[in-house]
Amino acid sequence: MSTSLLIVQTLNGLQLGVLLFLISAGLTLVFGVMDFINLAHGVQYMLGAYLAVMFYALTGSFLAALVLGLLAALAFGLLLEFAVFRHLYDRDHLEQVIATFGVILFLNQGVKFVWGASPLSLPIPEIFSGSVVLMPGLLYPIWRLVIIGSGLLVALGLYFLVGNTRVGMLVRAGATNAAMVSALGVNIRRLFMIVFGFGTMLAAFAGIMIAPILSVEPGMGDTILILAFVVIVIGGIGSIRGAFVAALLIGLVDTLGRSFAVDILRLFMSPSPARTVGPAIASMLIYLLMAVVLYIRPTGLFPAKGQS
Amino acid sequence: MMKLVSTLAIAAVLGVAASAAGAQEKLKIGLLTTLSGPPAALGNQQRNGFQLALKQMGGKLGGREVELIIQDDELKPDVAVIKAKALVERDKVDFVVGPIFSNILQAILKPVTDSSAFLISPNAGTSNFAGKECNANLFVTSYQNDQNHEVLGKYAQDSGIKKAFIMAPNYQAGKDSLAGFKRYFKGEVVDEVYVPLNQLDYAAELSKIAAAKPDAIFVFLPGGMGVNFVKQFRQAGLADSIKFLSAFTVDESTLPAQQDAAVGFFGGANWAPNLDNAANKKFVADYEKEYNAVPASYAFQAYDAAQLIDSALKATKGDTANKDALRAAMMKADFVSPRGGFKFNTNHYPIQDFYLVKVAKRADGKFQTEIAQKVFSDYKDPHVADCAMK
Repeated sequence: MSTSLLIVQTLNGLQLGVLLFLISAGLTLVFGVMDFINLAHGVQYMLGAYLAVMFYALTGSFLAALVLGLLAALAFGLLLEFAVFRHLYDRDHLEQVIATFGVILFLNQGVKFVWGASPLSLPIPEIFSGSVVLMPGLLYPIWRLVIIGSGLLVALGLYFLVGNTRVGMLVRAGATNAAMVSALGVNIRRLFMIVFGFGTMLAAFAGIMIAPILSVEPGMGDTILILAFVVIVIGGIGSIRGAFVAALLIGLVDTLGRSFAVDILRLFMSPSPARTVGPAIASMLIYLLMAVVLYIRPTGLFPAKGQS
Repeated sequence: MMKLVSTLAIAAVLGVAASAAGAQEKLKIGLLTTLSGPPAALGNQQRNGFQLALKQMGGKLGGREVELIIQDDELKPDVAVIKAKALVERDKVDFVVGPIFSNILQAILKPVTDSSAFLISPNAGTSNFAGKECNANLFVTSYQNDQNHEVLGKYAQDSGIKKAFIMAPNYQAGKDSLAGFKRYFKGEVVDEVYVPLNQLDYAAELSKIAAAKPDAIFVFLPGGMGVNFVKQFRQAGLADSIKFLSAFTVDESTLPAQQDAAVGFFGGANWAPNLDNAANKKFVADYEKEYNAVPASYAFQAYDAAQLIDSALKATKGDTANKDALRAAMMKADFVSPRGGFKFNTNHYPIQDFYLVKVAKRADGKFQTEIAQKVFSDYKDPHVADCAMK
């Protein structure tokens, strides 16, 4: 276990964390502000990737695919909000879960119908392809650095938006006490719609940015959704800052755990059982982390004020 | 959710029952394969391969009109058992063809063969059914699962590779895969890594590979896992210095997504689209014309399953009642396979050649695997010694 390997794995962890943040930011706002559990959030991530692949095929430019993909994902998200989700805000959580789960099934099958079951791919933009030498003998793909950079920029932008603008103030107020905000004469439905559309775009952005690395396939949003829920529970529901910290934490713990669990276990076990136990422990680590955080701070690391 | 599924299942059952009525003289064949979820890409190839053979023979096998009943196993063993039972008990099929995945084969073998129908597996070939639990009514037109991994182990050993990094998903087939590789590779295994099944991002593992500096890697990452890994391996800049050996990771079902990233990577197989014989040329050309895609081994093995049924029924003059005669006729494998000559061993698994295959981009811009060199000739699986059938 050398220092250079540790640095690279930390970068890998950061990259996963940033990706998780982009997805969880929307999820935590929707959950926090509207008290609405949207299991279909992962589908938006998948749709973003598919739409970008489609627009890339049409235009041949990654930038155009990114912009058009985001706009189309936004339009589709608002359509879903208008057609389905709007009718669920006043229902209880179980009904929201069932209905949005239905949306997942429908859309997973839907993308298969439109684009086929085989995985698709989106190429990396030419200028960002290849690797950079971080240290002698140690390469790191540029695109992963781009993901980290763009994710951090989005986080910074969100921090400013939520902390220093009028819409951000309303969002924070909504996360604390939606009924009171509504009573003060704010059109809460419109606020919901803005928040929802914004969350959709963030998820789609994550999907588009990761598409060149992962394959674009039906159901790709389902696994990441579970991680996103872990993130918002650890971070505190409704808190962007919490989501950011928790996402990076999860990304680092998961990646470093996967890389070094076997090596650490080898220090006091023979190699063969270490190889069996290591991966098992590594895949449990983030859930153990969640359990510990919830034990110490039941409302998460940074609960939105007033929601305890 | 359950209620919805059961309602759909009833609807499906009614649909099949309605279509089955009034067709007594036809030869009934059930095709049970994975047609939903991401692995549907493999099941589609299997279905297409079988239907292509059927179409070429004018919808008849061994001179009898065929009624093909296609079912989706959903890659769930419990669902597969229900559908397999329905095929043999209600539809009274004479043959069940399928599945793709080994865990489904394990589940459906007993329900199908207990009913005296024949089960033809055009892909999965587990070691237990090749050995101790071999079954008179099971025929495998593909290979024994270990063999494709052994091809790479043998090649790595023979080509003088000294240090190998090997990786597979953390489940039974993954462990079997790495064991199969190590059966022939006697060099140094610098690390043996098991990743969670269906892991998508391999950043952590790629960094380990880069740090270990092996001569070659061997991976078994089927389906979407392989698509992701291949792209990321190429992006990490490792492809120039490390030889990429794999099983079920780069083939025609994943190449449309991997594209240029996989060019020059190696796999092990019993066939490739450019295998040079007349039967194969016709098969590949017809398949591409019909489905506008390059066939993978899943397709040709299903194509052979149809040819196997056809050849056996020709020998028995269309009779399926005398099971012993039918079985003896199937054992002969009296047809021309796109893979070239092959025979059935006493355990009903093929004895055939295996090749190292290499991914290449064709002149028309599509991707396929191409024969690089023959690794095994007339290769038998080692489990046949444990099989009681002689």
